[in-house]
Amino acid sequence: MTNQEVAQELVRQFGDYVTDLDEPYGLLTFTTTREQIIPMLQYLKDHKTYKVSFLTDLTGVHYPDNAGQEFCVVYHVHSLVNNFRIRIKVFVAEADIHVPSATILYSSANWMERETFDFYGILFDGHPNLTRILNMEEMDYFPMRKQYPLEDGTREDKIDALFGR
Amino acid sequence: MTSNVKMVEAPEGHEGAGFFATSLDKVVGMARANSLWPLPFATSCCGIEFMASMASHYDFARFGSERPSFSPRQADLLMVMGTIAKKMAPIVKQVYLQMAEPRWVIAMGACASSGGIFDTYSVLQGIDRIIPVDVYIPGCPPRPEQVIDGLMAIQDMARNESTRRRNTDEYQLLLNSYGIQ
Repeated sequence: MTNQEVAQELVRQFGDYVTDLDEPYGLLTFTTTREQIIPMLQYLKDHKTYKVSFLTDLTGVHYPDNAGQEFCVVYHVHSLVNNFRIRIKVFVAEADIHVPSATILYSSANWMERETFDFYGILFDGHPNLTRILNMEEMDYFPMRKQYPLEDGTREDKIDALFGR
Repeated sequence: MTSNVKMVEAPEGHEGAGFFATSLDKVVGMARANSLWPLPFATSCCGIEFMASMASHYDFARFGSERPSFSPRQADLLMVMGTIAKKMAPIVKQVYLQMAEPRWVIAMGACASSGGIFDTYSVLQGIDRIIPVDVYIPGCPPRPEQVIDGLMAIQDMARNESTRRRNTDEYQLLLNSYGIQ
């Protein structure tokens, strides 16, 4: 099972929906659309020989300067049988920040999607309980979006030039 | 009879044949100072350092804190050790509220005292934002000697505190400033 072989198979199956094929540090990486992500994960999971049946990670990225594609959801999947990993990216616009939930395929996506929602505000359609998981429930913003400061805003002893406030 | 066991000295007072007279404050202070029951609220690495302080080598129990109380109802001293996330803050406050008077609080280490290196949106920047603190122990984490020094500072406060201090207007104002009572 090589990157080349899997990439060809996916292109044959999904055609133009597989874009930006790359292999940084040897990890097969590509981009798809939110319409195709669930069928693609399903295909990889059900594939007779690939058996990519483990969702290692699911997270978000914010690219504020990437107009129309401000948010990215990254799926890392792993074939435990073949010890083969794939990274799939889905870009969405801030104005229409919806991605279908992967919980129908992977139960482990439940908490990972809640976390991604908690920090980036990405809405996973079909998720059974899309609420905050790590931050305080009273929090009224999505802290990993780049327009919000990392530091605590209530500190008053760090206002001088040394701390860059 | 000689012994290596060091006893607490009796407070100042008037002594005669068959009687000893002193003020109630001093007796109560002595008793409280030498039987502080700490509640360890350990969330991170400072908690590990506390375990060393508590165990046989540094032996916290020498000061009368023989029993770390894991129920706030029977504790006198809340020791907050480690980073307190904002999500944890209501729990710290609830534990404090469940403790009976008189109660003291130690903020151990940089995180509990000021947020430490975690100047970030998710971390409480010092527990004194939610509950009053009596003693701050600096360090990241502090050594057991410092923890013992902090405990002795609390003992000193307990020993010299008026039994009525916690009924004073000043104390009520302090608690009210934290929205307690």
